[in-house]
Amino acid sequence: MNPNYLDFEQPIAELEAKIEELRYVGDDSEVNIGDEISKLEEKSRSLTKTIFNKLDAWQTSKLARHPMRPYTLDYIDRIFTDFQELHGDRAFSDDAALVGGLARLDGMPVMVLGQQKGRDTKENIRRNFGMPRPEGYRKALRLMKLAERFRLPVITFIDTPGAYPGIGAEERNQSEAIARNLFEMADLQTPVICTVIGEGGSGGALAIGVGDRVMMLEYSTYSVISPEGCASILWKSAEKAPIAAEAMGITAKKLKEAGLIDQIIREPLGSAHRDVDETARNIKQALIDTLENFEKMGMEKLLEERYRRLTSYGEYLEETTA
Amino acid sequence: MTLSWFEKLMPTSIRTDSSTKRGVPEGLWTKCTSCNAVLYRAELERNLEVCPKCNHHMRVFGRKRLEMFLDESTTEEIGASLIPFDKYKFKDSKKYKDRLLQAQKNTGEKDALIVYKGKVKGVPVVAAAFDFRFMGGSMGSVVGERFLQAATTALEEKIPFICFSASGGARMQEALFSLMQMAKTSAVLAKLAKNKIPYVSVLTDPTMGGVSASFAMLGDVHIAEPKALIGFAGPRVIEQTVHEKLPEGFQRSEFLLEHGAIDMVVDRRDLRDRIASLVLMLSNKPATQTG
Repeated sequence: MNPNYLDFEQPIAELEAKIEELRYVGDDSEVNIGDEISKLEEKSRSLTKTIFNKLDAWQTSKLARHPMRPYTLDYIDRIFTDFQELHGDRAFSDDAALVGGLARLDGMPVMVLGQQKGRDTKENIRRNFGMPRPEGYRKALRLMKLAERFRLPVITFIDTPGAYPGIGAEERNQSEAIARNLFEMADLQTPVICTVIGEGGSGGALAIGVGDRVMMLEYSTYSVISPEGCASILWKSAEKAPIAAEAMGITAKKLKEAGLIDQIIREPLGSAHRDVDETARNIKQALIDTLENFEKMGMEKLLEERYRRLTSYGEYLEETTA
Repeated sequence: MTLSWFEKLMPTSIRTDSSTKRGVPEGLWTKCTSCNAVLYRAELERNLEVCPKCNHHMRVFGRKRLEMFLDESTTEEIGASLIPFDKYKFKDSKKYKDRLLQAQKNTGEKDALIVYKGKVKGVPVVAAAFDFRFMGGSMGSVVGERFLQAATTALEEKIPFICFSASGGARMQEALFSLMQMAKTSAVLAKLAKNKIPYVSVLTDPTMGGVSASFAMLGDVHIAEPKALIGFAGPRVIEQTVHEKLPEGFQRSEFLLEHGAIDMVVDRRDLRDRIASLVLMLSNKPATQTG
């Protein structure tokens, strides 16, 4: 099995292997196999399309956590210029699971921040697998308040399994760190745009996810608890994660239908890691368009609209008895 | 409102046994869940469900909690007409719809948060309290909306808001809608803070997950009852993650006090006095005679 491809992508992997083989042969063969290759490539593309057109929630979740999926810094590199990382919560430490700093978006200064996963084991240990501790959320808040003071838009990238469940995290009041961000972001006097780029895991994701516009990459997920966590609590077995993923409607498409997110950003064929540059361009365009709109709206209107949105979340009925 | 405050309260079961039907008379004797002392039911009740032998604070639920806390004149319930809606037709080992019906039958409540406008020692307040028996006090859309309405009432009437939390966290069966209740409740608290409306968060056993990581930790003052379990991640999850034995008293009220997360640990029998005094000072009002 080719590790670059997920289980449901194996038919594509096989085709790609065949194409690769033919290319090899092609070099020193008299037979013109160029036609054959392009035929196979076309077949691979259409097969990819077919497979990706009917992904279920669990398959999407695997893509969202794909080891090759682009992370926050990959996008910061490609979308912004002049990025200057800012470190630390000024109180306890610097959390490498949450990065951020000043940068320019199409020339305009902004504050950008997001959770950061590691590419290999060593980096993952340093980045705590993208699971921030309280100091990470407090750093994020510090940067957002800084942005507010200088009226810079805040752009967040969400990609985390969730907040870190550790002893120290509890001792330093993880709950308060998350809650404080929700509280402050609800009324931050500057535009806030949040984009889920991979895994939107629970309170740890929401802690940088309250804003004027919430967008999701096409194959990212956003959920109140991980499918495994939900399955082990409600089905008493983590193996039921695929069912839990489906039941919770964690995909961008489902969440857009439910009115919980505003926009889905297209990913290239075969998902973000097949063409990071294209994905970055798509995100960049969405960010620029959104900010232009917000500029027209003005701050007061923006905050009013944010409050209306936040307080309207919910699905319930009203009894009509006296 | 046709029912009086007392009529509404009377039938509510105060036993932890969730199979107890409403209206069935309680047994005469009961056991302390901590020291196992045999206690006279009526005496325990007079003692606000605090064991007279060992001071263990037994869990009290929603309506009963508000009855203990508010003055008897209290009558006006907020958000009572809101009922949960199974948008996702969620089904695990049981249907969410059936879980709701079961919880409603066991508790006599429509959902896990109860809100009243009333008075505490003569001071007008809005008070909300969780019924932990209702699906572990989990927060879904109804809990969030009732919280919003409670806070909004406090804002409009310029009176303090007090919330007694007891919850396992977000209600998974309502999927991302439940997560968004964290944002919703925090947003209205930001508005309260801006408008200088005092908000006191009382953390009772247990206050975890999404409730802890939103309005329960956003109080102007944080009060916990003794030995309540309070935290973000559950102790079992943490133990599995870090493969370490958790320190003694971890995530208990006293531990949180020591780590600076809460202002005070207060005996249940003193809550009325302490909170009335606090909100009067925060509202810059003179101390009043107890009434």
